[in-house]
Formats: sequence, C-alpha cells, structure tokens
Amino acid sequence: METVTRSTPPPVLERSEVFLIGSLRVEGLEASYGGRQILKGITMDIPAGAVTAVIGPSGCGKSTFVRCLNRLHEVVPGARVSGRVLLEGQDIYAPGVDPVVVRRRIGMVFQRPNPFPTMTIYQNVAAGLRVNGWDRRRTAEAVERSLRMAALWDEVKDRLHQPATGLSGGQQQRLCIARALAVEPDVLLMDEPTSALDPVSTLKIEELLIELRQRFTLVVVTHNMQQAARVADRTAFLLDGELVEFGPTAELFTMPRDRRTEDYITGRFG
Amino acid sequence: MNAEARRLRWRRLASALALAGAAASTALALVPLISTVYFVLTRGLPALNLAFLTQLPRPVGETGGGVANAIVGSLVVVGLASLVSVPIGVGAGIYLSEFGRNRLGSLVRFVADVLTGVPSIVVGIFIYITVVLTMKRFSALAGGLALAVIMVPVVTRTTEEMLRLVPVTLREAGLALGAPYWRVVTGIVLRSARGGIITGIMLAIARVAGETAPLLLTSLSNNFWHRGITDQIATLPVIIFSYATTPYEDLNAKAWAASLVLLAMVLTMSLLARLFTGGRRVVWRR
Ligand SMILES: Nc1ncnc2c1ncn2[C@@H]1O[C@H](COP(=O)(O)OP(=O)(O)OP(=O)(O)O)[C@@H](O)[C@H]1O
Ligand SMILES: [Mg+2]
Repeated sequence: METVTRSTPPPVLERSEVFLIGSLRVEGLEASYGGRQILKGITMDIPAGAVTAVIGPSGCGKSTFVRCLNRLHEVVPGARVSGRVLLEGQDIYAPGVDPVVVRRRIGMVFQRPNPFPTMTIYQNVAAGLRVNGWDRRRTAEAVERSLRMAALWDEVKDRLHQPATGLSGGQQQRLCIARALAVEPDVLLMDEPTSALDPVSTLKIEELLIELRQRFTLVVVTHNMQQAARVADRTAFLLDGELVEFGPTAELFTMPRDRRTEDYITGRFG
Repeated sequence: MNAEARRLRWRRLASALALAGAAASTALALVPLISTVYFVLTRGLPALNLAFLTQLPRPVGETGGGVANAIVGSLVVVGLASLVSVPIGVGAGIYLSEFGRNRLGSLVRFVADVLTGVPSIVVGIFIYITVVLTMKRFSALAGGLALAVIMVPVVTRTTEEMLRLVPVTLREAGLALGAPYWRVVTGIVLRSARGGIITGIMLAIARVAGETAPLLLTSLSNNFWHRGITDQIATLPVIIFSYATTPYEDLNAKAWAASLVLLAMVLTMSLLARLFTGGRRVVWRR
C-alpha cells in the first residue's frame, strides 16, 4: 500500500504523520435536513484499502452518512453538516477546501443507476474526464480500463457509441461504477449499489467490490446483511443517526457487543 | 340482479353519451382550424407561383411581381429577435432554475409571467417610443427588438421548466464526479434538456413570426430589398395586412398567397419543434 507524507503537519502535531492514501476518519459528524437532525455525532476510522459496510434499518441515515463523506449532503437546500471528516488527516470541511476537489478524490455510486441519458456509453464513462481536461487518447484508455474494472467491457465493447439508456439496469449500475472509477478516486462510496439489481448482477458487483478493495477505500451501504458478510472487512451498524457498533465484520455478526446490533442482525426489528 | 343489469346499461349509455359529446366538441374545435387552412389554401394557391416567391412587388395596377422582400424581411426580423432573445431567455431560464430559489428569483419569474401576458401592440408602442422615436426612424432592428421582447419571457419560462425536469439525481451524479457546478449545468443539465429548450424556442419563433401590430409600429414596410437593419423592412404579416385592406382584388389575392407562405413557414417551424421533443437521438461527434 502506498503512503503519503504530509511535509507540513498541522501545528498541533509534533512530527509529520503518515497516512494511508484514501484513509478516512470521521469525528463528531452531525447532519440535518431543514433543522431535523439525522446524524447525531458519528466518530469512526474508515481504513484504506478495505471494504467498510454500513448497515441499519431504513431511514437511519446511511445515505445521509455517505453523502457527508464527499460533501454532497450540503447541495440539498436546507441541509447542514458539522463535525470533521479527515481524508489522509486533512479535514474536507475545513474552510477554504473546495468541495469539487474533495469529490474528485472521493467518488460515489448511487442507490439507483443514474447514467446520463443523453450520452452514449462511452461519453458516460468519459464524462468526468473531460472536466479534468484529459486528451482524447488518455480518455479512450481510461474508458476501456474503467469498463474492464467494472466487468462491463465485454458486454458493451461493440456498442460504445450507443445510448447508455439502452443498457439493462444491472449494466447501467456497472456503467455508473465505471464512470466513478474513470476519474481515479482514492475512495469510492457506494449507496446500496445492488438494491435495484437481480442476483446475477448483484454477484458480479460483489466480486467487483472484493477485487477493487486492493486499490480503493470502499464504503458500501447495504440493506442486505449477507452481502455485508460476504464483501466487507469491517461493518458499521447505524441506528437512528447513531453509530451503535463498528468492528470487523465477522465479529459484528457472530458476537455483537451491543444488544441493539444483535436484535437487528437476528431480524428482531428493522 | 335486475337492478345490477339496469345500472350497467345506464353506465354504458352514459359512457356513449360522454364519448359522443367529446367527439362533437373536438369536431367543433377543429372547424375553425380546418376552414382557415382550407380558405388560405384555396385562395392562396392560385396567386402563388415562382415569381411571387422571388420577385419584388410591382406598383399598383401592374400585374405580376411578388413578395420576396417580405419573405426575406420576415426572416431578418425574426432572426434578429431570436439573436437577442434566445441568449437572454436561456440565460434567465438557467438562472431561475439553478439559482432562483430566492426573492430575486420569484421577482424575475413574476415579471416574466406578466410580460407573457402583455398585449403585443403595447410592446409595439413601447419600442416605438424607446427605439423608433430615439433613432428617428422605423427599422428592422426596432421590429426585431419588439419581437424579442415578446419572445424573452416565453423562452425564459420554457427553459426554466425544461431544466427543472432534469432529475436531481443527474445533477448529483455530475457533482459526485468532481465536476464544478457550472460544468454540471452546461454539460449535463442543459444537455439533457436541450430538446425541450429548442422546442420552446421554435414555438416562440413560430408565435412571433405572425405578429403584425408591433411591426406596424416599428419596422413598417417598403417595396424593395431591405438596406440594412437600421432601415424599414417589409415583413409577411405587415404585407398581408396592407394588401388585405386595399380595395384591389389583385392585392387581396396576393394577401392570401402571402398568408399561405407565412402559414407554411410557421407550420414548418412547429413541425421541426416536434422533431426535437420526440427525437432523443444521440449524435456522437469525435
Ligand atoms: N432530501 C431530504 N430532505 C429531508 N429529509 C430527508 C432528505 N433525505 C433524507 N431525509 C430524511 O433523513 C433520514 C435519513 O435518510 P437516509 O436517506 O439517510 O436513510 P437511509 O438510512 O439511507 O434509508 P434507506 O435504507 O431507506 O435508503 C430519513 O428520515 C429521511 O426522511
Ligand atoms: Mg439510502
């Protein structure tokens, strides 16, 4: 794993600290919509190069949580965030930090496939690259590489220049994953990436997650506890905007420390 | 059982009556439309020929000649109007949809709606006072500006509506790729709404192409090829108006033919506009 060294550490630190690329730390994160508090102070370390699953009942704030990690929460009118989210030790909410730069390093795949409908398959994957001023050649390479990573290349290589809306739901979701991978983020947030998909597409995406974890920090929201058990190194259980328990997946599922976690994973509520 | 059957029969009858009523209303609504097209076609076609489309008007009394200058003039004036109103209208529409959640936004929206309802003759007088009197001359420019004033609110509101139809999820997808907001707006939102916006613009153009009152007060007319946009200019609606109100049968016939030309132009516009809404075809340019 690569490391990154901050040569100019924040003044409070004695020595320069070493962070893994793509490591995240969340400190006292609170978020609200129009005055209604959704996240109530979440603190956790999200390790680099691993899959972290976020589980919890519907409406507990999972989507809100991941949207805070790439500063997307704040684009909703009336939405507020406080607390700190440290990417490699630097607060992405610090004054002067451009959310656009943050989002370039922390990509996101949404709950529902949302390819750009007026663009072709190729254009969809290239959408984030043109913004960064890539030339045609590098773009073409990146498009192929991303589509291969997202396990979609073989299915679409003969129709790259056809509308993305002609793809099946599962293909569209993998296209969205490819689109997010193309800009080469260090962290990839996935909000229930398989909730709209059939078992075969789900399996493909799960295999993809396991493969991608070598290269990215992955945060995956899921409703499906088997999925968390299959793909995640660590799992966080959110309930009503609070982080109830966070630990290695196997531990959390076999010997939960909190009563509420146990109730949830055994299906007693939620 | 019997009551059930009776109720069913009554329902069938009511349904048939409602259907007949709707069909009759539709037919009634179509009568004026079809008869207009019929009259314009039957009266206009006899006077329509190549000379009519390519030659200048002849002096009263001489036969022959055409309205080529007015056809070109209409294109010039409507073109000027689009040149001015499309950038302003689309820009204002973007502002309203993307940044207009505040007092200023509501104000602009309100003003646009009020402007849409202003009678075109009033717009004509406004431009007459502000442009024609200041420049001390009637001009194609003044005509274009008058039509632009009519078009701007229409284009603004259609653009806004079309942009609002673009789902939030697409904007968020763009933002999540690390695109700055302005790129998301130009590259994704505008692009997704392109067809609808073009349709709106075309319908606005089709609407003002037939405006007569404001042009009578601004661009007036003449009998020759126009000599620059600061000079007065012949347009189809104004020619139709002046020919139709003369006692000469020859000119009346020409008014019908000119109406046919105008109708054809406007219908073509509307049809093209339809093409853009239906066609979600993607063109890939390298
Ligand atoms: N745009 C919004 N405006 C207002 N309230 C919102 C908005 N989005 C979400 N909420 C509220 O925030 C709370 C948390 O929502 P969130 O989407 O984070 O839940 P979730 O855990 O992702 O649920 P699910 O599993 O159903 O996707 C919910 O009570 C929801 O009603
Ligand atoms: Mg959710």
